[in-house]
Amino acid sequence: MADNPTYKLIGKNFTPPDIEAKVTGASTYSEDFRAEGMAYVKMLLSPMPKCRVRNIDASEALALEGVYGIMTADDVPVFPNPGEQILTNEPNFVGEPILAIAAVDESTAANALELVNVEYEELPFVLDPLESLYPGGPDAYSGGNLVSSLRIEEEDELGDIGVVSHKWTARDFAAVDEGQLPMGQATMDWQYGDLDAAFNDAALVLDETFVTACNSHHSMEPRSAFSYWQNGKCYVHGSTQSQMFVVPGLANLIGITPDELVYISEFCGGGFGSKGGAYAVMALPAHFSRLISRPCMLRITRAEEYYLGSARASFQGRAKLAFNDQGKMTGADIYIVQQGGAKNPFGDFGAAGTMVSLVYTPESMRFRAIPIGTNTTPCGPQRGPGQNQMSAALEPLLDKAANALGIDQLEIRRINASNHETLTGGENRQKVSSSYMLDAIDMAAERFDWSNKFARNGERNGSKVIGVGIGQGYHSAGIAGFDGLMRILPDGKLHIHTGVGNLGTYSYASTSRVAAEVLDMDWDNCVIERGDTSKHLPWTIGQFGSLTTYTMSRANYAAAMDMKQKLQEIAAMDLGGNAEDYDLANETVFNINDPTQSITYAQAAQRALELGGKYSGEDPNGTNPLTQASVAGLAGSGLIGVARDTTPLNEHISAMVATFVMIELDTETGNYEILEFVSSGDCGTVNHPLGLVGQLRGGACMGIGMARSERQIYDPQNGLPGSVGLYQAKPPSYLDVPAFMDVSAVDQPDPTNPMGMKGIGEPPVGAAVGAVLAAVSNALGGYYFNRNPVTSDMILNAASGREQSNSPLQILTQ
Amino acid sequence: MSTKDMMPNFDLFQPSDMGNAFDLLEQYGADAWPLAGGQDSLDWFKDRVKRPVAVIDLAGIPGMNGINETANGIEIGALTTLTEIAESPLIRDSYGVLAEAASRVASPQIRNIGTLGGNICQDVRCWYYRSGIDCYRAGGNTCYADTPEGLNREHCLFEADRCVAVTPSDTAPALVALDATMVIQNTDGMREVAAEDFFIGPDVDIERVTVLEPGDILTSIRIPSTWAGANYYFEKVADRETWDFALVNVAAVLRVSGDTIEGLRVVCGGVQCTPRRLNGVEDIVRGSARDEETIELAAGSAARGATTLNYNGFKIPLMENLVKRAIRDS
Repeated sequence: MADNPTYKLIGKNFTPPDIEAKVTGASTYSEDFRAEGMAYVKMLLSPMPKCRVRNIDASEALALEGVYGIMTADDVPVFPNPGEQILTNEPNFVGEPILAIAAVDESTAANALELVNVEYEELPFVLDPLESLYPGGPDAYSGGNLVSSLRIEEEDELGDIGVVSHKWTARDFAAVDEGQLPMGQATMDWQYGDLDAAFNDAALVLDETFVTACNSHHSMEPRSAFSYWQNGKCYVHGSTQSQMFVVPGLANLIGITPDELVYISEFCGGGFGSKGGAYAVMALPAHFSRLISRPCMLRITRAEEYYLGSARASFQGRAKLAFNDQGKMTGADIYIVQQGGAKNPFGDFGAAGTMVSLVYTPESMRFRAIPIGTNTTPCGPQRGPGQNQMSAALEPLLDKAANALGIDQLEIRRINASNHETLTGGENRQKVSSSYMLDAIDMAAERFDWSNKFARNGERNGSKVIGVGIGQGYHSAGIAGFDGLMRILPDGKLHIHTGVGNLGTYSYASTSRVAAEVLDMDWDNCVIERGDTSKHLPWTIGQFGSLTTYTMSRANYAAAMDMKQKLQEIAAMDLGGNAEDYDLANETVFNINDPTQSITYAQAAQRALELGGKYSGEDPNGTNPLTQASVAGLAGSGLIGVARDTTPLNEHISAMVATFVMIELDTETGNYEILEFVSSGDCGTVNHPLGLVGQLRGGACMGIGMARSERQIYDPQNGLPGSVGLYQAKPPSYLDVPAFMDVSAVDQPDPTNPMGMKGIGEPPVGAAVGAVLAAVSNALGGYYFNRNPVTSDMILNAASGREQSNSPLQILTQ
Repeated sequence: MSTKDMMPNFDLFQPSDMGNAFDLLEQYGADAWPLAGGQDSLDWFKDRVKRPVAVIDLAGIPGMNGINETANGIEIGALTTLTEIAESPLIRDSYGVLAEAASRVASPQIRNIGTLGGNICQDVRCWYYRSGIDCYRAGGNTCYADTPEGLNREHCLFEADRCVAVTPSDTAPALVALDATMVIQNTDGMREVAAEDFFIGPDVDIERVTVLEPGDILTSIRIPSTWAGANYYFEKVADRETWDFALVNVAAVLRVSGDTIEGLRVVCGGVQCTPRRLNGVEDIVRGSARDEETIELAAGSAARGATTLNYNGFKIPLMENLVKRAIRDS
C-alpha cells in the first residue's frame, strides 16, 4: 500500500504504545491482578442442557476450611428471559453457571463445589431449531423458543415473559422434499422488486438447501474478571474488546450506576465478537466481593470459555436464486432458520439478508428468517455474524450458476458487484456511501493472475488436483454519533482520551491519530489515555461490527475540530482579529496573514486555564452524560476539545473484500493445501497499513478455519457439547493456513468520513471461507457440499462416490 | 458437572530409582498413577475424571531415557521424548517409519515433553469417554458413540466390543510394524511383550488399552534390526496438520528385492482399539511384484470386514488409499 501523500500520519505505520508490553509479556490481563485478602471464585455449571434446580445443599461445602461463602441465583439480580443470567436455577445449556463458591484458593473452591448437593429436575431439550419448530416440539427457553420482541404481529398475546412458543404446521414440513428446508412463518420478511418475474424469466434457477456451522471464538484469554469495592465505587478488571461501551451494561449487571463503576481493561486477549459488551459472568466477582467483603477473582478456564463463551450461530438455509443468461442475479429468495442458542440470539439472520442484497445486488429479493432457541451455548456475535455464514453458503453456489450458464467465475462476480448506487435490502433501503468492490475484485484478480490460474483448475498430478476459487465478504463499516475528547496540557502535549478498547486491532491508537493529524501534532507529543475509566474517557462505540475506524475517526475529528476552534479563538483573543484568521501548524496557532503572530499550543493551554468555561472543560454540552462526567473530571487541567460527531449520516457504510485462492487437494486423503492466497479490500482510505494487513490476514485465518475444521458438535442424546478444548474445536494451525498471504486495499476515500476511512475487520473472514470452499468444489469438478466446514471425511466421501454421513439439514454434527 | 481444568491435590512422588518406584506402586496399588510426560495424564487430572491418590513421576529414574544400539537392534527408553526420536539420526537412518510417526504426533511443544512410552500408553480419545460420561470404558453400562444418534466419526471399523473407541497413537502402529517388543518391569522382574500383544481391545479388558497392570512399568521399547533400513511408509490423515489425532494413520515396512516385495508389515491406527495389523494385505503382497495389480488388490482388501458406524464410513476409502500409497510409495 502506497504512502498517502495527503496526510502526515494517516496511511503511515507507527508503533502502537502497547506493543512493547505485549511483546515482552509485561501486559497485564484481568487475571494478573492481585489484592490483599482476595478470594477465588469457582462456579458449578449445569450438567444438563435444560433442567430446574430443585434443591441446593451446600452445608458440607461451607464447612470446608478456607471457604468464604456461596452465591446462588437467589443472591444476584434476575434479567429478563431469555437473557443471560449471572447464576440461574433454570439453566438451559450445559455449562450454564448455577452457583459459585469463594474460597482462599481455587483448589479449595473446586473441592467445595464437589461437596454441594444439587437436586435437578431434568427437562426436555432441543438442539435443532427445526425440531423445535415442529408441532409439539420442545422449546429451549423457559416458556418458548422465540424472543417475543421478534414475534410475528399476528401472534397471540403472550404477556411479558419475553418469549413465545412458535411452531410451524405439519403441512409446512410435509410441503418440501426430505432434505429441503421447510419454510413456515418467519419473523423477518422483506421484499423488493418483482421476484415472480425474475424467476419466470430466469435463464437459470438454483434452489439449494444449505447449513453453516456453529463455531467457537477461541479467545486466547478466557473471560476472567477481578473485582473489589473501594470508597463507594466498584472496581472491575475485565476482558472485553470495548472499554467505555461496556460501562452501562456492566453497571446494570452489578446493580449500580455507571458513575459508581471503575472499569479497567487495558489489554484483551481476543474476543472476536464474544466480548463486545458486558456479559453476565463478569459481574459475578463484583457481587461476590460485595457479599464477602473481599476482592474476588473469577478465573475462567479454557473449558468454561467453550461452555459459556458463546459461539457463531448455525444457519439452516435455503437459497432460490434466479439468473439471466448474462449471469446477473435477477432474483434471490432466501430463507434462514438461525440456531438461536440458549439465550437472546444475536441478529445474524438479519445481517445475512443485507449481505445478499449488497454483495450480489439481486434485482429483486425476498428475505425471510427466524431465530429459534436451542439448548446450546449462547449464540452471540462472531466476526461477521450472519454475513460470513452467507459467504460460506453462497460463494460456491455462484460458481455453480456460472458453470451452468457458461460464464467465467470471475465475471459472474463482476457482473453482480455492488457500486456507489447500490441499495441495501430491508424495510428501509439505504444507499451505500461508496463501494469500490469491483475495484477490489479486479485488483485481487490481477495480483492473483486469474485467467492463468483458473486455467489450471482441475489439473491433476496423481491423486492431487488443483482447485481455484473466489470468495467475497461484506460487513457494515461504520455509524455516527459518538464522542471524542482530548486536551492539551500546559506542557504542550496532546492527551487523546479514547474509550476504544484494546481488542488487538490497534484501532484505539490509529483512530486517535486522526486528532493528531487535524491538529498537526508531532505524534511523539501525543499521549493516549485509555484502558481505565478513571482516566476520564468519552462515550465511544463498542469495538465490534467493523465500526471503530469509521465511527471513532469521525468522533475524534469532531473533537479535534472543537479543539482547533478553541485554539483559534484563544489566539484571536490574545493576538487580535477573528478566529478564522488563524490556522494551525507545528503545534502553534498562527495568523494566516502574518505567520509571525502566533502562540504555541502550550501557551494556549495555559490561557485556557485562565479563561475557564468551555476552554478548560467546565461546559461540556452536547455530549453523552458519560462524556460529560469525564470532562468534569478533567476540568481545569488544560485546553479541552470535546464534541459529539453530529455530521448527518444517511448512507449505509459498506466494506468488502475479495479473496482468490488456489489449493491442491488430495483425493486419496481428503486433505488440501492452500498454495496461493490473494485478498484485496475496499476499506476507504487506509489509515494504518500494518493494522490493515493484520486484519486481512487474521480474518482470513478465521475464514480458513470456518472452511476446513471449526465446528461445535453436540451429542443429540444428552445435549453434551463435544468441542470444549482447543484440540476438539480445531481452529486452524499455522500449518493449515498459507505461509504467505498477499493482501492489498483499493485505498479510495469514502465521502462520508472526514479522512475517507471505513472499517474492515470482518469481511476478510467471509471472503476467505467462501474462496476456500469454492476452490474445494471446483477441485472436485463441481461437487457442492452446501455446508461448512468441509472436512476430509466429506471430501473422501465425495471423491469415492460415497454418500455423505450428515443429512442436508443436520447441524451441530460431525 | 465436574469442574474442568482444576486439578485436585494428590501426593506426588519422584523416586530416584526403580526399586523405590515399585515400592510406591505396590503401596498404592490401583490408587497409583505412573507419570511420564504427563500430556495425557494431566488432562485427566485437571478434569477430575481420573483421581489417583499418588502420582509417581518416573522422570528421575535412571536408565529410562535415551536411544541405544544393541546387539540386535536398538532399545529406546520409555521416557525418551518424541522430539528426540524424531530427530535421532540412528532412528531416522534405520527405522525411519518410527521417526516419521514421532514427528507427526501432536505439536512441537507436546513432542518436546511427550514420551514414546506415554504416546503408546495413552488412553483412547473417544469424546464421550473423555467428557467423564459413565460409558462402558468408564465402568458404566452404555456406549454413547455406538448408537443411532451417536457422533462417531473418529470411531472404529473393527473389533468393537461394547466400546468403539480407537487407538489414538501415531507411534504405536510404527512399533507394531517394526515388530518391536515392550520391556515391562515389576517387582517380580522383567518381561518382554511383542508390540502386537501389548495393546488390548475392549474384548480383553474394556478399562485398559495395554497389558500393563498396576505395579507394572513400561521401561523401554526394543526394536529388532529385522526391518532396519527397510523401505517404509508412514502417513497420518487428520483434520489439522498439527495438534490433532489421526482419523487414520498407516505405518508400513517393506523388504523389496528387484521388483519383488519379499516381506512387509502394514499397520493402521485409528480404525480399532489397537493398532491393526493388516495380515490380509501382507499375504497378498508378500512375494509379489510391486505393480498396479498388487497395489490395487492390497488396497481393496485393506478394509475387508469393516463394520461402519453412522459417521465413519469414510475410513474405508481412507484405509484403502493409505495402504495403496504405503505399498506404492514406500
